[in-house]
Amino acid sequence: MAIDKATVYGIARLARIRIDEAQAQSLVGELGNILDWVEQLGEVDTEGVQPMTSVVEMRLPLREDAVTDGGKPDDIVKNAPEAAHGFFVVPKVVE
Amino acid sequence: MLIEGDTGTWEMVIGLEVHAQVISEAKLFSGASTAFGAAPNSQVSLVDAAMPGMLPVLNRVCVEQAIRTGLGLKAHINHFSVFERKNYFYPDLPAGYQISQYAHPIVGEGTILLDLEDGEVREVGIERLHLEQDAGKSLHDQDPYKTYVDLNRAGVALMEIVSKPDLRSPAEAGAYLRKLRSILRYLGTCDGNMDEGSMRCDVNLSVRRPGDPLGTRTETKNVNSIRFVQQAIEIEARRQVEVLESGGTVVQETRLFDHRSGETRSMRSKEEAHDYRYFPDPDLLPLELDPAWVAEIKAALPELPDAKKRRFMEDFGLSAYDAQVLVAEQANAAFFEAVLQGPKGRRDPKTVANWVTGAYFGALNASGVGLAEAPVDAEKLGGLLDLIADDTISGRIAKDVFEEMWQTGRPAGEIVEAKGLKQITDTGEIEAIVDKIVADNPDQAAQVAEGNQKVVGWFVGQVMKATQGKANPGVVNKLLKGKLGG
Repeated sequence: MAIDKATVYGIARLARIRIDEAQAQSLVGELGNILDWVEQLGEVDTEGVQPMTSVVEMRLPLREDAVTDGGKPDDIVKNAPEAAHGFFVVPKVVE
Repeated sequence: MLIEGDTGTWEMVIGLEVHAQVISEAKLFSGASTAFGAAPNSQVSLVDAAMPGMLPVLNRVCVEQAIRTGLGLKAHINHFSVFERKNYFYPDLPAGYQISQYAHPIVGEGTILLDLEDGEVREVGIERLHLEQDAGKSLHDQDPYKTYVDLNRAGVALMEIVSKPDLRSPAEAGAYLRKLRSILRYLGTCDGNMDEGSMRCDVNLSVRRPGDPLGTRTETKNVNSIRFVQQAIEIEARRQVEVLESGGTVVQETRLFDHRSGETRSMRSKEEAHDYRYFPDPDLLPLELDPAWVAEIKAALPELPDAKKRRFMEDFGLSAYDAQVLVAEQANAAFFEAVLQGPKGRRDPKTVANWVTGAYFGALNASGVGLAEAPVDAEKLGGLLDLIADDTISGRIAKDVFEEMWQTGRPAGEIVEAKGLKQITDTGEIEAIVDKIVADNPDQAAQVAEGNQKVVGWFVGQVMKATQGKANPGVVNKLLKGKLGG
């Protein structure tokens, strides 16, 4: 599957990764190769086959509705680059 | 509703997306509490904070609430649904994705009946209902250069309820939201408080010439009261008509409603973010529902507003309007039924409805208290109505007695006794008073004899005054007619 430079820039922006012109050029080839490789799966006939969601036959486990966690605000913000009064602090993001 | 533009009429086409916070103790995928108003980040588990390696485990009650809501909306329950990741970056979304449902929601198509102003009922389609996580809360006003983030709300379960584009006016949008809120409250699946943010609404709107295919729509976010939803619709519809009439095209975009400036404006940042790259969450298996569980939830559903309204109309002969006013809130309907049930059998439904929706709700509103704290309970109001029914007091005196009851909390019988308000039904006693007044006012009596019927009313007033309103009005009228030959 051919991929163009605009698509590469688009993906980079969605992933919040800054790339320069040379990197973009080389990623056009790299991402294209990866997609081509994965596309080989398209050769398999999957007509009428349900997508496999798990390798083991099991149902989604459900939890009881009980408060069993929380009460550790210091732990929660411990790794934050910046915190104040129990809040995470980030650069202003208002419009 | 049609809008008159410079070049002809336009029709608005509206669909609403409502985010309703699910009532549950713990969050959708973690054991942290959902309680409102706790200290920042004190109700956050490592799952909610998206710490590496943490796995979500689905809360059974949240699923049950979604099923219950779906059943209440007469919707199709999908026994197979899938949680997917909706990817976007925002500081109050620590994982960088929201766990939501996309291609396979838990609830499919349903319907909701709107009770419109004129007593008319209109059906509106529900497109789907799906479960998803709420985001955290960003505070922008704490610091000029920083945003503060609290994750207490992050991971709380939301039901996103999407209507079909069946709504045509701000009034219908308002009726839709009121009805949906009423159903959610009856079901106990969401408290419906828009001012606390537990029910939020996005407006999808386009305009077209009547009969034309759908126009390009915009999505207006962040509208947090029914009044604002109606305002936003009005304003956005007019804006779109102006754009189209001046030869422009409506851009499909997300807009923000600002109730202070009374306008909607484009949210440019949302434009590129719309590529959400949904994919099934590898941490969660598909949700498969046991049909027996769904049947069990269905069997335990309460009587919902529409059924209650129908019963009030059919069994009690109430008007559509009265029935609707009474059923809008479950507690009000229960109060009405409590008053209706007297110790000696059922009281007259229409009288009870009139008193409950009239004087009683009026007093509640005026004093700003809820049903639970009201000084007059169902039993006391019923006691007052019994005194009217057995002719102990007249309807007019009853109004005064009710006021006194509201002030003092005393039962009606006690007040009537203490103040000597008992109606005079003894014909002889009233007749004596009537005779005296007729004799004292020969001029007026002559006027009646000449055919001036209005003066009869004046006589009734005089008798009532002489008896402090305690004479039975029916008896007074009858006696006066006989005496005056009117």
